Amino acid sequence: MASDDIWILGIAMTKFGKHSDKDIVDLGAEAVMAALTDAGVSMRDIGVLAAGNLMGGGSFGQMLQKQVGQTGIPVYNVTNACATGATALRTAIMAVKAGEVKFGLAVGAEKLAGAGLLGGGGNAKKDGNKWEPKGRFGSVAPTDGRIGTDTMPGTFAQVGMEYGHKYGGVSFELFARISEKNHAHSVLNPMAAYQKRFTLDEIMNDMMIAYPNTRPMCSANCDGAAAAVVCSGETLKTLSLEQQRRAIKVSASVLTTDPYQESCQVLPDVNTLTRNAAKIAYEQAGVSPSDLDLVELHDCFATAELVHYDNLMLCPEGGAVDFFNSGATWRTGSSPVNVSGGLESKGHPIAATGIANIWEICHHLRNEAGDRQIADAKVGLAHVIGLGSACGIHILERSGL
Amino acid sequence: MSTQIPHVNYLELGDRPHLVANECTSCGARFFDRRNACANCFGTEFRKAPITTEGVLKSFTIVAFAAPGVPVPFVAGIVDCGGTSVRGNVINVDPTPEKVSLGMKVRLATYSLGTDDEGVEAIGFGFEPAA
Repeated sequence: MASDDIWILGIAMTKFGKHSDKDIVDLGAEAVMAALTDAGVSMRDIGVLAAGNLMGGGSFGQMLQKQVGQTGIPVYNVTNACATGATALRTAIMAVKAGEVKFGLAVGAEKLAGAGLLGGGGNAKKDGNKWEPKGRFGSVAPTDGRIGTDTMPGTFAQVGMEYGHKYGGVSFELFARISEKNHAHSVLNPMAAYQKRFTLDEIMNDMMIAYPNTRPMCSANCDGAAAAVVCSGETLKTLSLEQQRRAIKVSASVLTTDPYQESCQVLPDVNTLTRNAAKIAYEQAGVSPSDLDLVELHDCFATAELVHYDNLMLCPEGGAVDFFNSGATWRTGSSPVNVSGGLESKGHPIAATGIANIWEICHHLRNEAGDRQIADAKVGLAHVIGLGSACGIHILERSGL
Repeated sequence: MSTQIPHVNYLELGDRPHLVANECTSCGARFFDRRNACANCFGTEFRKAPITTEGVLKSFTIVAFAAPGVPVPFVAGIVDCGGTSVRGNVINVDPTPEKVSLGMKVRLATYSLGTDDEGVEAIGFGFEPAA
């Protein structure tokens, strides 16, 4: 192992679901304690803490320290929409890479069970009975619902439909079959919030949220946390053989935002920044999409999963529909995607998602994934998108020791 | 005395209602809100550019579940108006997958949002099928 490589020494996630007896600090602490144990280090060893939480209201990292160990190290409280977890991990990685600390700790935790519809609402209705222009667009009334939609299900529905307009071949049923796959995968994942297999009919006849996304085609709001300890190759060489054997190499760690595109001014562009991040990541890691044994990508909605097959270059440009129809992305296929069940069934406690998807990959690379193990997995990719936008991609490889 | 007010400041009312963008004078990038510098080329000069009122629906969703106070179902979409992407609802059409399709031709249409206590009527816009 090269001295300047970055390694995940320990990683853990809580079960995703409804944790009504725990707050975000409890959830974060549970993930942190388990990640430290997995790494074989203590809070005394950790030089930096990057703490992600989107909906909680700040100072999460400091609250967490009081729960698990206050050593005076710097805390970076991180928010970056749905890419918050990946951003926290990347923050810890940058500190290790810069040589400022030996061990970095990243954590993401969220309480989202029962949160309902996210996005939408916009500017509140005024009480008075006079039209008064307000805000950036000088609007006299709320725009959500009158000039398009601000809701997440509607926004990502348009992302999938736009792909259909560009390349053809999409339908309500196609998107529903993507959801069918992820729910089928979730049955093997005891950490998932929902482990229920749905028939295609059940998915298509469930409550419509934003056509073509019905309820089971939307990510599941739930509670959860995930945490990871990272160190350099130089540090790893000084640790035990068992630690070296289970450590997972971070072959690429990339964060991008969307560069200017004409249409991103009115509909968030989740494509260009993902494609850019993927290009950089494959180059950093020296691997190609065909080398990947499994991929966890950001299926916040079934309509989003389709476009990311293309953006991550798992298929030729414009070929995502054929690629899915070939069965490639089922766990038995040539390019398994979201064997965890994905955000649609495993769940999406926002700040935890970008570390939990890395935990899933590590679990397989360590050959510890039990019933859902992808046989002989050596390389995997984890992807998240935060709307606005931010894209985090990590490529991970087993140590080979 | 004006008795009408547009829903948003980039909707220009009058005989031929249309949308108006802030266009970068160096690269032509268009924005419906204000910018200090162009997001594409960082230029700082902008001029007003009228947007063609006819276009093609390049994406849509039929929102069935929205924030409280937002009437559903409605069709939200993105319309390609001569190369400029515009966000808006598809109106004057049944909000069903049978009546709304990708690539359909649409045109700008206006409607009343109601009248306030001073008699001013707010006018909103959407896009309707252009048969």
